[in-house]
Amino acid sequence: MEGEDDSAGPMIDEIYANGGDDTNHKRPIISGEQLDIEAYAGLYVGRTKIMRLLFISDHCGNPAMQVEALRMAYDEIKKSENTQLFREVVQKIDGRLGPKYGVDNAWCEMVDRRADQRKEKLENELNAYRTNLIKESIRMGYNDFGEFYYSHGALGDAFKSFVRTRDYCTTSKHIVQMCTSAILVSIEMGQFTHVTSYVSKAEQTPEALDPVTAAKLRCAAGLSHLEAKKYKLAARKFLEVGPELGTSYNDVIAAQDVATYGGLCALASFDRMELKSKVIDNISFRNFLELVPEVRELINDFYSSHYASCLDYLGNLKANLLLDIHLHDHVETLYDLIRNKALIQYTHPFVSVDLCMMANAFKTSVSRLEKELEALITDNQIQARIDSHNKILYARHADQRNATFQRVLQTGNEFDRDVRSMLLRANLIKHDYNSKSSRKL
Amino acid sequence: MNAVEALVAQIQGLSGSVADLSHLHNLLKQADDSLLNESTRLLPFLDQLDPSKHSLGYLFILRACSSGPISKEQAGELVLIFSRFISSCAAEQIRLAPEKFISVCKRFKDQVMLLEAPLRGVGPMLTAVRKLQSSSEHLTALHPDFLQLALLAKCYKTGLSVLEDDIFEVDQPRDLFLYCYYGGMICIGQKCYKKALELLHNAVTAPMSTVNAIAVEAYKKYVLISLILNGQFSSSLPKYSSSVAQRNLKNLCQPYIELATSYSSGKISELETFVQTNEEKFESDNNLGLVKQVVSSMYKRNIQRLTQTYLTLSLQDIANTVQLNSSKEAEIHVLQMIQDGEIYATINQKDGMVRFLEDPEQYKTCEMIEHIDSSIQRIMVLSNKLTAMDEHMSCDPLYLAKAGRERQRYDFDDFDTVPQRFNI
Repeated sequence: MEGEDDSAGPMIDEIYANGGDDTNHKRPIISGEQLDIEAYAGLYVGRTKIMRLLFISDHCGNPAMQVEALRMAYDEIKKSENTQLFREVVQKIDGRLGPKYGVDNAWCEMVDRRADQRKEKLENELNAYRTNLIKESIRMGYNDFGEFYYSHGALGDAFKSFVRTRDYCTTSKHIVQMCTSAILVSIEMGQFTHVTSYVSKAEQTPEALDPVTAAKLRCAAGLSHLEAKKYKLAARKFLEVGPELGTSYNDVIAAQDVATYGGLCALASFDRMELKSKVIDNISFRNFLELVPEVRELINDFYSSHYASCLDYLGNLKANLLLDIHLHDHVETLYDLIRNKALIQYTHPFVSVDLCMMANAFKTSVSRLEKELEALITDNQIQARIDSHNKILYARHADQRNATFQRVLQTGNEFDRDVRSMLLRANLIKHDYNSKSSRKL
Repeated sequence: MNAVEALVAQIQGLSGSVADLSHLHNLLKQADDSLLNESTRLLPFLDQLDPSKHSLGYLFILRACSSGPISKEQAGELVLIFSRFISSCAAEQIRLAPEKFISVCKRFKDQVMLLEAPLRGVGPMLTAVRKLQSSSEHLTALHPDFLQLALLAKCYKTGLSVLEDDIFEVDQPRDLFLYCYYGGMICIGQKCYKKALELLHNAVTAPMSTVNAIAVEAYKKYVLISLILNGQFSSSLPKYSSSVAQRNLKNLCQPYIELATSYSSGKISELETFVQTNEEKFESDNNLGLVKQVVSSMYKRNIQRLTQTYLTLSLQDIANTVQLNSSKEAEIHVLQMIQDGEIYATINQKDGMVRFLEDPEQYKTCEMIEHIDSSIQRIMVLSNKLTAMDEHMSCDPLYLAKAGRERQRYDFDDFDTVPQRFNI
């Protein structure tokens, strides 16, 4: 924390020096439109709102924004019952927001006392249900416990309680409920392997899921794929999310996020055909894209090969995406993938490409472009060779016949070598065995 | 003394036919102990025998008279006798007593080493190997000694002539390890890295029940040669190598494994600092020369990589990307590589540009077809051999007995009991 505070000073100067609209700035945080925290936080409810605000305050490196995020987090926690988180936030604020945002011991004690009472009551109830062996009541009891732990921030216990209801589920509706609760807690814990398994459990229930739940499950699955860096699978899941989602999953993900995550993952991993059929022509996903026009525009630009403006949009978005609790780890990778995709797509239809024109299209210098292309060629992603003298890229068509001859001769030599050493080894083993048995005799 | 004279007479009389020779062999075996006792006074008797006709008898007496300690002055004289005997003796006679012949040759090698004139031993030893071999596939106990002498005398070409034969039959595993190790070094001396890698690979993957020093040293060179030849090294040995080797070799050659890791990063400066910090270790292993070759092979590797990506590139750019000091140095490297056929390119000295070309081989020439044909023939021969070996193995009573013991006694698929032991 302290380190970030120190580095924040000169950065403010830079913002002013650049008039605040320098979009291609090297520091990732500063962009033309600074994140409107209030609007952003308004998209979410519950614990995730607090966690997202805290995440922003930890990563933005801009004291004004940091304090603002912390203030909102403080207000939000006051509405909940999580005293532990409350103390953490107070510590982070560190008196910067005046006495109004200090440690409210009275509130904490009051909440804790009430929590103890409630816990006792729940325990009593649960015990009573258990002695009576009423399945449905026991399930409700555990469920209440789960909710109780969740609201107090004991995620591990909450997860256990929700999972325990599984033995008392009688209908598929109950199972789905159990799964969604477990998923919610797992996402908060960052345990995405649990998320995957409970999503598949919920999808296996015999009765058809209602569209809202189905959409929620897709979101959760998408998140877990994203976390596992399986961007293609993540993109597919996000694209399948139905428009019924609306604001119903705001305690995890907002519809805007579905558009951003899905759009970026799709750009990074889909080929042109897929991009057209699954993203651009996808009517239900279009609704999501309307919520984030920048993403919509950049996808269209990418598809219509306006790479410069596409990369511009990406550059503008980057700062805000880096403040996203789920996406920030993947922004760099996704951006690299998208850029590489763009480069590959650009070169694909040509036999020869003028590097100067290409550098213009990608708003970069020829020498930097050359380096990027070199990496892609070495990686065998572009079949071409660079004429660095005339600054032209020539497509390279592999001669199948020659390659086959080469491969055959190589394989033959390898076979030859392997068989000879194998025969030798076999003889050695035989010798070893013979000498052993002759010693025995 | 009379006994020796009688023996000499018998040798002279009984060196004719095969039957006589086996009789003589028995006689000599009986007289061996007494000959050893008389060893100091035997030398004059050798003059009465003709090494080409009375090879067997000559062999026994020579062995007896060289068994004692020998001074340096005597050695000079003995070496002459030894080499004359080896070059003129009859192969079929000495093969009756191979152990004796081997021990004579080993003594000969010791003498040559004592005289510090390994060159004098190379020729006779090669003859000895050829005479002792029953076929070119046979690895004799003399192979390692011969290779060692060739290595010391720097007669790499003579050494290679033996290494060209494929070896299948082995008397002693230790011979194989030494053969592969010395052979590998000779091939390195001749810059036949492919063959060297193959030999060292055989040494490293040969079945072993305990780690031996030869294999460890071979492994070190194996790592270096893999880097020079292939530019990469996978630290896991193939599955068929013994578990002992898989478990221990890596730990015993840590600096080499680290060298390979540093090589794989592709950064020349990193590699050079690593080599500098570990110079003493490589030096004490006598591998510093090879390590330096590894470093210079990285320049080549990086230049080769450029041919994949560029059609033309200026010498200055080449120097920059592969971290050479000047474009002049880059030119030398590129030129050398073009000469060695490692890359296909032309240098335009006026503009300082290098133009990389594709491999001009079109696989259309007669020579290429002949080459392919000979490869096919070779592999067919090999494949026949493999089948024969497989058949032979599946009829081997020892193998069957072992396989039978390891299987369950009652196989439930058929009701026949699997025999525990074949009595053939």
